[in-house]
Amino acid sequence: MMRKLIAIVVVALVVASPALAEESIRVFDAWARASILASRPGAAYLTIESAAEDRLLGVTTPVAGRVMIHAVEKDGDVSRMKHIETLELPAGERVTLAPGGMHLMLMGLQVKLSEGTTFPMTLSFENAGEITVEVSVLGIAAEGPREAAE
Amino acid sequence: MTSTKTTQLRRIRFSLWILVAAAVLTLCGVYFVRTIGVREPSPPVTVGEAAIRTAFSLIDHNGNRVTGADFLGRWQFVFFGFTHCPDVCPTTLAYMANVLDRLGGEIERVAPIFITVDPSRDTPQVMAEYVQAFHPKLIGLTGTEAEVAAAARSFRVYYEKMEEETAPDGYLMAHAGHIYVMTPEGGFEDVFREGDQSAEEMATDVLASMSGKQ
Repeated sequence: MMRKLIAIVVVALVVASPALAEESIRVFDAWARASILASRPGAAYLTIESAAEDRLLGVTTPVAGRVMIHAVEKDGDVSRMKHIETLELPAGERVTLAPGGMHLMLMGLQVKLSEGTTFPMTLSFENAGEITVEVSVLGIAAEGPREAAE
Repeated sequence: MTSTKTTQLRRIRFSLWILVAAAVLTLCGVYFVRTIGVREPSPPVTVGEAAIRTAFSLIDHNGNRVTGADFLGRWQFVFFGFTHCPDVCPTTLAYMANVLDRLGGEIERVAPIFITVDPSRDTPQVMAEYVQAFHPKLIGLTGTEAEVAAAARSFRVYYEKMEEETAPDGYLMAHAGHIYVMTPEGGFEDVFREGDQSAEEMATDVLASMSGKQ
């Protein structure tokens, strides 16, 4: 009984306080590949870790007209990009978007993304609300920010 | 006499109808492909029993007509993709460039080739700018839709146009993300996929193949 009560209070607190919930979600290693040609879709990658189960509902950035969450479906040897509406975030699990797999496709880029620059990107979560991160633009051959730091 | 004439008229009428039907079908086809892309994924390209060969006639990024024979005598790394591809193609081409940089002097015995599966947008000029961003040795090839389809068949590469209303021009291409390693004779040696092994490992494997066959 007591446990249930505590659980209810905790849930109520989490729901009522977006600030508290926000702390339970971490978005890190956000980066994008520098544009090779103008007016081509770009790709951004990041890692999300949420303490509680949550869902990424959408992503926006001032540099692109639209951001789409893409998963890559492997059908034998053929890779098909699959547009997914929302990204499920299981509690306590790291979800990594990385080259050759899941990525955020940046459609209608206003500018060519140049290596060394950054741009803001806002992620909307079902429970955690909105979180804005700075995305680092890395070289076209980059595999991720950790490798770049080495 | 009259009956012969009637038969002839009938034949002419029949031929005319066939012409009309052919014209309508062609126009529909062109309209379909140009404006809305192919709605249903096309069935996989069947390639029969033919061996994978470096066989094609395409236009390189300098605007010159080239055939598979032009690359014989060197090992060929062949990858099919397209320049509007946001993830797999740049990732794979950057990986291929990384492998090339690990070949040392042996790079002179390799022709790295990127063939577009989206030739209507990837003109030689576009290809030139694109390939130079990855590696000075990288050769970009394009051609007509039919020439590209024939090249893909000779490598048994599958690709398809996927409708995606939010993508530029309303479509994306789905394609196999393999790098084919072909012998100086134009025969199949090996196939690699970025992500399956490090660039160092692929370079080591390729160098081993190259030292085995001078």
